[in-house]
Amino acid sequence: MTDADNLVEIKSMTFFREKRAIFSDLSLRIPKGKITAIMGPSGTGKTTLLRLIGGQLKPDQGDVAVDGLSVPRLSRKQLFELRQRMGMLFQSGALFSELNVFENVAFPLRVHTKLPEDMIRDLVLIKLESVGLRGARDLMPSELSGGMGRRVALARAIALDPELMMYDEPFVGQDPITLGVLVKLIRQLNDALNMTTVLVSHDIDECLSIADHVCVLSGGKVLVQGTPEQILQSDEAEVKQFIQGLPDGPVPFRYPANDFAEDILFAGKDGVAG
Amino acid sequence: MLDWLQQIGDRVLSIVAGLGRSAQLLFAALMGLGYVLKNFRLLVKQVYVTGVLSIAIIGVSGLFIGMVLGLQGYSILVDFGAEDALGQMVALTLLRELSPVVAALLFAGRAGSALTAEIGLMKATEQLASMEMIGVDPVKRVIAPRLYAGIIALPLLCILFSLIGVWGGMLVGVEWLGVFDGSYWGNMQASVSFTHDVMNGVIKSIAFAFVVTWIAVFQGYDLEPTSEGISRATTKTVVHGSLAVLGLDFVLTALMFGDF
Repeated sequence: MTDADNLVEIKSMTFFREKRAIFSDLSLRIPKGKITAIMGPSGTGKTTLLRLIGGQLKPDQGDVAVDGLSVPRLSRKQLFELRQRMGMLFQSGALFSELNVFENVAFPLRVHTKLPEDMIRDLVLIKLESVGLRGARDLMPSELSGGMGRRVALARAIALDPELMMYDEPFVGQDPITLGVLVKLIRQLNDALNMTTVLVSHDIDECLSIADHVCVLSGGKVLVQGTPEQILQSDEAEVKQFIQGLPDGPVPFRYPANDFAEDILFAGKDGVAG
Repeated sequence: MLDWLQQIGDRVLSIVAGLGRSAQLLFAALMGLGYVLKNFRLLVKQVYVTGVLSIAIIGVSGLFIGMVLGLQGYSILVDFGAEDALGQMVALTLLRELSPVVAALLFAGRAGSALTAEIGLMKATEQLASMEMIGVDPVKRVIAPRLYAGIIALPLLCILFSLIGVWGGMLVGVEWLGVFDGSYWGNMQASVSFTHDVMNGVIKSIAFAFVVTWIAVFQGYDLEPTSEGISRATTKTVVHGSLAVLGLDFVLTALMFGDF
């Protein structure tokens, strides 16, 4: 695979939060035009990874390149320009609560283009139609269900036809119908708008059903990557535990503690257990 | 002992770091003036939210404080047969001290806490982050209009407070207690100096507006994005804002009226 085939390249990146290393020497490629799913247990820094790609956080070492541009080295102005080519769907949807659905989707168009009002209207309605919510244009975000809010946020994220679309846990807390709708939308949008998609999630079935390329992260490193079939057939114990949802394995069920019997028997005798 | 010292050091460091972050935010927001002028509607909306919506509380408080001043002033002055000076006393007390200070305290409680909660909620629900990802700087779009709106709104509210207060003093002094209205207004006109009293009061309230709004937007922008974080930050806005107003008032009063 040559460099030109990758839209995002993360090269031996290290990132610390306070004193804890979230990523150490992480290298990752996101191929152009495909859906890449980044999976891993909670707390592996999946959302952090998206923020590093979007330049909201800076790595402590290494580099994050988007379309050949080194994100941490861009000036603030260049970074904001680059972000116009990215769309991100936040976990909470993050719709602007003081604007209605129409104005939320129109927001990126209004701030970044000088299009006439009737053209903005058409574009917004096209985007809303593509997520099936053209009829909800006059509602306020507080009047939407969780799933609808996420679809409006999706329409807003694709308003400027981004080259790179990032989804932060799009499937969390959705009912089965919304889930199906979202899975279908993500695939359709990627193919129809010729985007590159990065999907961060721990919903295995949904991810494996739409992704072209899967990366499983754990402990700040890439555990395994490949096609969904390769992931399913992986022999790695930690991958197996994650894919099959086993409660105990290389990722322990218990938070580290001292000996259980000792904790019970000696509690209260010497004041401090253990 | 060493632990204790370390804790003090930790605390001081975090305070200094907070001051640094707030100065950074202030600078960035003030630099957003161009953006605010270009998107003038954002400013107008915020002046409405922070200013117009505070008119009720400012008006009612101004009226009552003016009435109380009229009553208390009369009961003191009448002993010396000096009740004709009531207008002068009410006007000077309001213009120099009570209007700027009380309006700023009410503003911190009404508009400041609302600003903090609103910005904090936008942070907690990732609205600020998503704005950044859309390629719009939230400091320019969200913080700057609110900061400038506060600086515009509070001095106007302070003037309104004085006007209603003077009228309230008149209601009690003239209409109820029978002070001659010619001397109420005449003594006021003769003794109130525009530069020394009116302008100094307005300058005070501009300074308070600046500090209170700065504290409010910083607390909102800097808070920990959880529900506890938001409630802590709103409290801090009111407490820090009020203390800053009272402390600053002493300094400004000493500078403005301290030369005997």
